[in-house]
Amino acid sequence: MRDHGQCDAEMLFFHEILRWSTNALLVVLAFSFAATIAYAQVTFERLVNSGKEPQNWLTYSGDYSGRRFSPLDQINATNAHSMVAKWVYQTAATGKLETTPLVVDGILYATAQDDRAFALDARTGRPIWMYQRQLPGDIRPCCGRVNRGLAILGDKVFLGTLDAHVIAIDTKTGNVAWDAVAADYQKGYSFTVAPLAVKNLVVIGVSGGEYGVRGFIDAYDATTGTRKWRFYTVPGPGEPGHETWEGDSWKVGGAPAWNTGTYDPATNQIFWPTGNPAPSNRSEGRAGDNLYSNSLLALNADTGQMNWSFQFTKHDEHDWDATQVPIMIDSGNKHMIAQANRNGFFYVLDRSTGKLISATVYGKTTWSDHKDAEGRPVANKEASPTLAGHTVCPGALGTTNFMAPAYDPKTSLFYVTARDQCDIFSTAPQPYEAGHAYYGSAYFPSDEAEPYRGFLKAIDPATGEIKWKFEHTSPTWSGVLSTAGGLVFTGDAEGNFIALDAATGKALWHFQMGGAVYAAPIAFAVDGKEYVAIAAGSAVYAFGLP
Amino acid sequence: MTRYLLLLVLAALAGIAQANGADDQNPLAKDTKAAKAGEYEFRINCALCHGLGAHGGGRGPDLTRAQKKHVHSDAEMFQVISSGIPGTAMPSNGTNGQGVGMTDEEIWQIITYLHSVEVKAPAKPNGNVARGKELFYGDANCSLCHMVEGKGGRLGPELTSVGSSRTREAIIDSVRHPSRHLAWGLTESTKEFPQEYETITVVTTDGKKIKGVALNEDSFSVQMMDSSEQIYLLEKDKLRSFSKNRESIMPTYTPDLLSDKDLDDVIAFLTSVGAK
Repeated sequence: MRDHGQCDAEMLFFHEILRWSTNALLVVLAFSFAATIAYAQVTFERLVNSGKEPQNWLTYSGDYSGRRFSPLDQINATNAHSMVAKWVYQTAATGKLETTPLVVDGILYATAQDDRAFALDARTGRPIWMYQRQLPGDIRPCCGRVNRGLAILGDKVFLGTLDAHVIAIDTKTGNVAWDAVAADYQKGYSFTVAPLAVKNLVVIGVSGGEYGVRGFIDAYDATTGTRKWRFYTVPGPGEPGHETWEGDSWKVGGAPAWNTGTYDPATNQIFWPTGNPAPSNRSEGRAGDNLYSNSLLALNADTGQMNWSFQFTKHDEHDWDATQVPIMIDSGNKHMIAQANRNGFFYVLDRSTGKLISATVYGKTTWSDHKDAEGRPVANKEASPTLAGHTVCPGALGTTNFMAPAYDPKTSLFYVTARDQCDIFSTAPQPYEAGHAYYGSAYFPSDEAEPYRGFLKAIDPATGEIKWKFEHTSPTWSGVLSTAGGLVFTGDAEGNFIALDAATGKALWHFQMGGAVYAAPIAFAVDGKEYVAIAAGSAVYAFGLP
Repeated sequence: MTRYLLLLVLAALAGIAQANGADDQNPLAKDTKAAKAGEYEFRINCALCHGLGAHGGGRGPDLTRAQKKHVHSDAEMFQVISSGIPGTAMPSNGTNGQGVGMTDEEIWQIITYLHSVEVKAPAKPNGNVARGKELFYGDANCSLCHMVEGKGGRLGPELTSVGSSRTREAIIDSVRHPSRHLAWGLTESTKEFPQEYETITVVTTDGKKIKGVALNEDSFSVQMMDSSEQIYLLEKDKLRSFSKNRESIMPTYTPDLLSDKDLDDVIAFLTSVGAK
């Protein structure tokens, strides 16, 4: 439903021009052509070259490298103090809104709780279409009925659903184009992740580490919905890594893959992080390293075959999913990939080999005071949970969690939301039963621990040094955006959206949105005007210059 | 007529539903194995708020008390665990897609466990209710800052239901050591942590020093109340200084200030009000 008034005006304008000259007619046709290509489909080439169209936000992390950096600089450290709200879109959903919107040629696509998806006029926030999945009543999301966003390719956006389907939605109408069943939701499988479109594939990782699922990463044909490959993150009999699981524990080994990975076109590799082994905090019955839980996997994009893996926390007993977005960083001829891990260490790996370059502490940790020969932090024996329970830092929520980090190639700093929180970890034996929560453990805030503290930290990946930190009033779940305007954007638990100086961490501007932030910001431009958008409470907000 | 019939049918159906609910008996009652399983389920799903051993945490009440505020039967307890309590921090925990998704059996196990740790209220309360009331509103000065049933001060937490939601030990601890666990104040719907009764001291640009408790705070503003119940709404960047600490503004009631016997009387008063 386009604006007819505007069309009529265009027609009048057209007739005026026609009277002038045929040359002018060509100009008008050129404008019409421009309006048509504004709705051109998103090709794989566009995704690879996303840096050439900074007005758009084409993937979960903004580009394939995962750095959540916008080259836009119209809003910058000089004028950020004057930013104003441009529009608000109320989703009317309840619970946590974790979505990262996509923006393509003036249209913003985002998701909300209970598998809502919608397309908005990115200049005004007015909806073009809305979709909500009819979910069964007995879905099993561990941690809220959340969704973190869409992928786009061709004329479709792709949504992973809480009942473990992958669906393709037509970008112009919101109609479902195809619907593929990935797994049995009644056994605890679900999707909350924003998929990643690569070539003609939709790559997606499953959730359900709290239900004893067998984790996997899938790739679907974007045109038809046919599954092209599946990589099980817990190897089966005869596969390498299977020996790292005791007995039949691999069958319910967890290792979900619930946050979006990154893609290196130069080597055609997908880097996808994985989560905790199941049961999450009790190791009895799953002796061994439990590959490929809490790992970063390098997979061939065409086949799903693994080139290398790196396990951050071996035989995890603290629910420290390694599902944080890994960011590709290039320095000279060094091709690295960096991750601020939930276990409190910041890791830099060589992304061609998966070899560890460095691991440095970036938050309060007590679980490891030594490293192995490769330089990987090793768990202290006394860090294991006990029946009576004892305090370990970080707590089960980790130093960071799903909140998206950012990397600014101009400051060469890695920005991540971090918290200092310790928990009492206690075992609570629990038999596996299909589709039921399977923690094997319990954790509580430590009574004696200090109050929890939350920060935005700027880490120098070359040294692991924390260059600056901004302390929040309480820990936040907000992701981070960095922009070429010398700014870092983040949100807080108190409902503020904040612009900070990327070099110093000084707060330059804030806006009270009235709801806690569980999402990550993006930047885009329409009609030459830059916007910054973020979800908070149950709404999506867009800001710009007055 | 049709409408009247429909109403009758609906009323009958409602009656049946209610009867079913009331007849819901715990199939695992007094089953010691179920109580053990329930203990582990409780640790996993409930202890975060209700504390280890169900003795109450900062957010959730003590569940070892035989008398509970929202629950008078196993069927009601099942309903509360499964669906939560609207208007409170108690979420739904049944297999309805929100939260942890416990099965019916697991919920019954928890109910069995809770009965196994229940402590019956002593036949005779330790203290004297009437004298406790006198102390609360008089010499002990509690009501200068705390309100009970609409009477009292506003600086500290309202205490009408504290007697039913906290153990005697927890109340004694917060009177004798008020800074050990600061009380929780405002809880915003999607915010992870509630505001606590922290002590705030600010100096305004004109040199005025204000000390009070935080009503709420974020990185850029603070809302506070001083001991004369004046509310201040302040922007942090417009203050000469801002500091907060976790030393409660409540005085530490040592036995010199309030004897054990007097404290027993005050608790007896609070318990009698909470039981209403």
